[in-house]
Amino acid sequence: MSHATSMGLDNRKMAFWAFIGSECLLFGSLISTYLVYKGHSVVGPYPHDILNIPLTSLSTFDLLASSLWMVLALAAVQRGDMKWTKIWLLGVALGGLIFLGFQAYEFTSFVREGLTLQRNLFGATFFVLTGTHGAHVAVGVLWMLTLWVQAMRGRLGPRNAITVEIAGLYWHFVDVVWIVIFTLVYLLQ
Amino acid sequence: MEHGMHAGEGAHPTTGTYLRVFGVLFIVTVIEVGVFYVPAFKAVLAPILLTLSALKFALVVMFYMHLKQDSKFFTFLFGGPLLLATAVMIGLLFLFGALVLGG
Repeated sequence: MSHATSMGLDNRKMAFWAFIGSECLLFGSLISTYLVYKGHSVVGPYPHDILNIPLTSLSTFDLLASSLWMVLALAAVQRGDMKWTKIWLLGVALGGLIFLGFQAYEFTSFVREGLTLQRNLFGATFFVLTGTHGAHVAVGVLWMLTLWVQAMRGRLGPRNAITVEIAGLYWHFVDVVWIVIFTLVYLLQ
Repeated sequence: MEHGMHAGEGAHPTTGTYLRVFGVLFIVTVIEVGVFYVPAFKAVLAPILLTLSALKFALVVMFYMHLKQDSKFFTFLFGGPLLLATAVMIGLLFLFGALVLGG
């Protein structure tokens, strides 16, 4: 149930921005840990041996495209176009699943090449950081599918477009975190 | 009240703006990956990539998360912890010797 706060702002949106602020601190600590221990592994595999830039670039484009589909879903639900709302929401969920597929392939190939959580500092910090991000993507996919089911049952429309907007805030936050990870972990080796 | 425009919330960008922002994000990502593979940029790789990454971050936050149009209080709720996280990150990097002044 939505209420305007004393500032005239939607209470759910305000609470969600506060949650996103706390998530900044979570990912800030994980990224810091990765950077602090970068180059301190005493045994391989090392980042330059194992990181697959072409593959990760594809998953980055996929996540960026899913962010576009998310705002298109929001625009569609706000104008009451439920057909396109359903299509874009399903597209976002599919984009997230493709990203998770890339990540599952990456993780299993790294393990096959000897990089595990216990192997070295790079493995420990890399898997915790990217795994936490992947878990967030998985939650986002479930959220999008829930909204899609709601739309299919006719329970989503312009009146409650704010629920799509808040889900979008979450999805775009996951996207911006990946923008940072892609640069700091993959490109600046 | 289920939903209506609340105070401080401006109109969201148009579909055309969303598409243009995606175009910029796509091109900047192509440049990032391209710069990574060009040996001539190796000496300036970090500043270039950090600048491009910050540009992408700002575009998504301003246009897709609507902070450009929404209440400044949301910017405060997000920007405050973001600045704190960045400061903690830089502090830890100096503390553990991963960053050295003048190094």
